[in-house]
Amino acid sequence: MAEEEAEEELVESIAEATVKALKVAETRLPDDVKESLESARESESNERARMILDAILENVRIAEEKGLPMCQDTGLITVIAEVGRRFPIRLAETIQEGVKRGVQRATKEVPLRPNVVHPITRENTGDNTGRRAPVIRFVPTKGEELRLHFMPKGFGSENSSAVTRLLPTEGLDGIWDFVLETVKKAGGMPCPPIVLGVGVGGTIEEAAFLAKLALFRPLNVRNPDPALADLEDRLLEAVNELGIGPMGLGGDTTALAVNIEMAYTHTAGLPVAVNIQCWANRRATAIIYPDGFYEIVQDDYPRGEVE
Amino acid sequence: MSEDVSKHRLTVPVKDPDELLGLKAGDIVYLDGTLITARDKAHQRMFEEGREPPVDLKGAAIFHAGPVVREVDGDYELVVVGPTTSTRMAKYLEDALEAGVRVIVGKGGMGAKAPELMEGRAVYLTAPGGCAALLAERVKRIRDVHWLDLGIPEAMWVLEVSEFGPLIVTVDAHGNELSAGE
Repeated sequence: MAEEEAEEELVESIAEATVKALKVAETRLPDDVKESLESARESESNERARMILDAILENVRIAEEKGLPMCQDTGLITVIAEVGRRFPIRLAETIQEGVKRGVQRATKEVPLRPNVVHPITRENTGDNTGRRAPVIRFVPTKGEELRLHFMPKGFGSENSSAVTRLLPTEGLDGIWDFVLETVKKAGGMPCPPIVLGVGVGGTIEEAAFLAKLALFRPLNVRNPDPALADLEDRLLEAVNELGIGPMGLGGDTTALAVNIEMAYTHTAGLPVAVNIQCWANRRATAIIYPDGFYEIVQDDYPRGEVE
Repeated sequence: MSEDVSKHRLTVPVKDPDELLGLKAGDIVYLDGTLITARDKAHQRMFEEGREPPVDLKGAAIFHAGPVVREVDGDYELVVVGPTTSTRMAKYLEDALEAGVRVIVGKGGMGAKAPELMEGRAVYLTAPGGCAALLAERVKRIRDVHWLDLGIPEAMWVLEVSEFGPLIVTVDAHGNELSAGE
């Protein structure tokens, strides 16, 4: 009985932390994204593009000041749950229950737009939850605590994302072309300036997960592998040379960052995924300690290491 | 690009389509009057299932958007609202124009056929995507809502707006489209 009570307390703590983290994520853009938008505004040479970037920055200011969601597409809530050693994985269900409860509450309290529907009947559940929604990925980590990394993901950008299986012989050139093709095809649809998450290797779903994981990394943090960091820089330059610009109406600012994550793969294949994120790269992390205390931060991110 | 960008005010619904001819692709425009939201399901219901539109679309300004709303004592208050991707509604463009729609507000473009179909009768305006808090400041109130059974995002919300923008004329009524690189 005492154990049940303790678990219920933990569920409640996770639910509370979820509401607070979502409120922060939806209303306050992380500093690295704000700074990146500001510096893009400074260097943008296209007048119309500058006007759009000004509107975006003004919007970010109003949303933060008034505590309003910065975008009406408050997203499909996506969570990477890094489970530390003091949070044994048997609590996965507890975590899931707490997050779901929190999302339902946040829908009313922030408020969020109810976006979650049955994939075929399109019936809206009204509270942003449903079977396997929000999307939660569990990653075991070395830390003591539970880190819930939240990303409310809009679908203008999600719909512009793509996965492919290249031939091993297509290599780096193949990856390069696929990224640029995906961005070109997306045009103004994902609300540029965009952030690109690129997943290379693994299996088809591993590549897709890595692309999403990459989007959680702050824009001013490069991949620790120098070769991948260099590829991130060069791809960003190439993407911005496309001239798509803010909202696809032309300009120098098409993307704010390219983040790449990699996994070893089969000798016969090269899965690649590109997950596009809009300028509203909304993130917040709830760090929850085993005693139920929690804090909300916006500069933490999942490393995705399973050690 | 160094030329000055022209700015306009436009009252919607549009009484005289000639008013649209003053807008050129690339100009900035602000709307006053009534905006009606419609997304995938409202379009499907009107133009595939043939249901009578619940609002008069003659001269109307349609907004591809699904708002965040808050229910207060049975009434809805707007929290924020911004554009959704218009290309999903591109297949209904001809039907919408036939029904009388003269202004479409959205983001991401209205498909390759838009300049030809809209020439002489309608304009497509891009709202800055994701700027929902900014745009909500220009909505005076929710006047009405129809087809709420489609769910909050997909219902048709009738919004009273004032100086709603900035919106960028992306397809004008002269058959021109603003695209990247211009």
